[in-house]
Amino acid sequence: MTSNSVPTTPARMTNSSGSRGADRLFHLLCLAGALTVGVLLLLVLVELIKGSHLSMAKFGWKFFTSTTWDPNIDEYGALPFIFGTIVTSIIALLIAVPLSVGAAIYLTDLAPMWLRQPLTSIIEMLAAVPSVIWGLWGIFVLVPALRTTVYPALQKSLGFLPFFKGPILGVGILTAGIIVAIMILPIVTSVSREVLRSVPNLQREAAYALGATRWEVTRIAVLSYARRGLFGAAVLGLGRALGETMAVTMVIGNQPNISSSLFSSSDTLASVIANQFPEASGIMLSSLFQLGLVLLGVTILVNIIAQIMIHALTTAETRRVA
Amino acid sequence: MKNLLTKFLVAAVGLTVAAGCSQKQEAVNAQTQVVGAGSTFDNPAFMMWKDAYARQHKDIQINYQSIGSGAGIKQLTAQTVDFGASDAPMTDEAMKAAPGKILHIPIVAGAVVITYNLPGNPKLKLDEDTLSGIYLGEITKWNDPKIVALNEGMKLPNENIIVVHRSDGSGTTFIFTDYMSSISKDWATKVGKNTSVNWPTGVGGKGNEGVSGQVKQLPNSIGYVELGYAVQNKMPFADLKNKAGKFVTASPESVSKAMATATIPDDFRFSMVNAPGDEAYPISGASWILLYQKQSDAAKGKMLVDFLKWCATEGQKTSPQLDYAPLPDSVQQRAVKLLDTVTF
Repeated sequence: MTSNSVPTTPARMTNSSGSRGADRLFHLLCLAGALTVGVLLLLVLVELIKGSHLSMAKFGWKFFTSTTWDPNIDEYGALPFIFGTIVTSIIALLIAVPLSVGAAIYLTDLAPMWLRQPLTSIIEMLAAVPSVIWGLWGIFVLVPALRTTVYPALQKSLGFLPFFKGPILGVGILTAGIIVAIMILPIVTSVSREVLRSVPNLQREAAYALGATRWEVTRIAVLSYARRGLFGAAVLGLGRALGETMAVTMVIGNQPNISSSLFSSSDTLASVIANQFPEASGIMLSSLFQLGLVLLGVTILVNIIAQIMIHALTTAETRRVA
Repeated sequence: MKNLLTKFLVAAVGLTVAAGCSQKQEAVNAQTQVVGAGSTFDNPAFMMWKDAYARQHKDIQINYQSIGSGAGIKQLTAQTVDFGASDAPMTDEAMKAAPGKILHIPIVAGAVVITYNLPGNPKLKLDEDTLSGIYLGEITKWNDPKIVALNEGMKLPNENIIVVHRSDGSGTTFIFTDYMSSISKDWATKVGKNTSVNWPTGVGGKGNEGVSGQVKQLPNSIGYVELGYAVQNKMPFADLKNKAGKFVTASPESVSKAMATATIPDDFRFSMVNAPGDEAYPISGASWILLYQKQSDAAKGKMLVDFLKWCATEGQKTSPQLDYAPLPDSVQQRAVKLLDTVTF
């Protein structure tokens, strides 16, 4: 045993110059990988700014407040698209986050062992369905169902709210939000599940020991511990919701509107770019570039706000503990 | 590790050798590749023509990229393709931006039809007032007296009309809005004509399939698609009142009649909507091939011109198979004449 273990160390030592070289190579490769991501983002940013400078020069800040999008008089404004993007994303989050967190709690704490793996696989399989398939499913299944049953019922019971007034088309901003919600469910659920699984069992056991019910254990021991991570999961979902294009285009109605009614058709930044880019030229092309820049900006802004909120949550926690 | 590296190297060498071989193969065949890009509307015609033409001419290979009219013009201006194809003639501004004089050769013509989703899908009749009223958002109900007056005896529902339009930039939209501008002053001043416009009302669908998908799914909706698309998908479409006051059904023949009676200038940058003939279908439009009058590569340029002449004459015999309207004889002759002015 000892005779065996002694030579190993010198062997490593003799090899060390080689492995140090390999280490350096490894370090460089990883650095290159990390830099590539940063450089790519930078290149995208540079291209977008270069592409949009015509539009910036002509419209200035008015681009963000104007509601006109008219290729015939070459007047372009981003407001209806920003509105559509943010509203669909908020609807998607409002639907997807409670569902996802519920599913994640069930999968980690409540479901019988034999059911956990199959259920997880099914949810993760949803993530593999391509966007255009969701869009088709939206047109042929979801839209007719919403138009004939769900929306009329909503209008009947909640029609006094401005959100549920106006003609029911089936396609529109709420439908787009629902589709996006379904699309971000898998990622939010997977991340939430990982977060909940990382909650130490000691936490749960301690709460049970104090005589807490299952609901109290989940609420006090698990959810409040995992709050930060769950918030992160929601932000990941939001990132995807903001940029979702194909399925949204197919069900949103593609008419730039700013309306309080969730039944009205609308349009998003990503969807108008996908629709109009191939045939655009001149100032219109430049404006589409600027919409891309706006989308990138909104995404970065949302992430920064999320970081700040996570930070605030953490400091609040530490203060409470102290 | 070493083993893996060896395998990788062997594979890489193998691939390089294979690539070299296929290059040699091409050199033996010595085909000239002619590349075109543009209109998606023209794509089925080019697919059919290039196969038929290649059977007679082994030395040319035609490659057509269906990337949209606007993108085709962009590629031609950048001189990355040998010819472009567009559903709307180039503007003076766009012509000036190009590095040489560009010729417009009409190559196919088609119609835009008004499709709808009504109970029982009756054969609807519409005229200038009703169609522009609907798309301007002024006529909002199917049982509006103006529509009822045109369709006596038809049961039209007391429901909102859901207007569907294209959401992407498209030559189909250009032809449709060109027609609307020619029949309605309000439309011309408020909306205008373009490959995409600021729609006063409605919902948008991407492509012919997007519009027809919405129309099929939304009861009481109305939309516009290409004739060929509507025929292939067995969609109902309305008879329209033309300039001569007659109701006409869209068909390759009624489009050819429109082209035969439209006023066509020498540079072929014309619009054939609302043509005066008795049997002319009013929402008709042509699609053009775009090429430089001065070709830089003489051998290739000659081949291209020969191919285009063939398309404008022989090719026209087969175009009704795809629901395109064949060019009238007079236009065929003028197209060939214009192609003769190409220099090498």
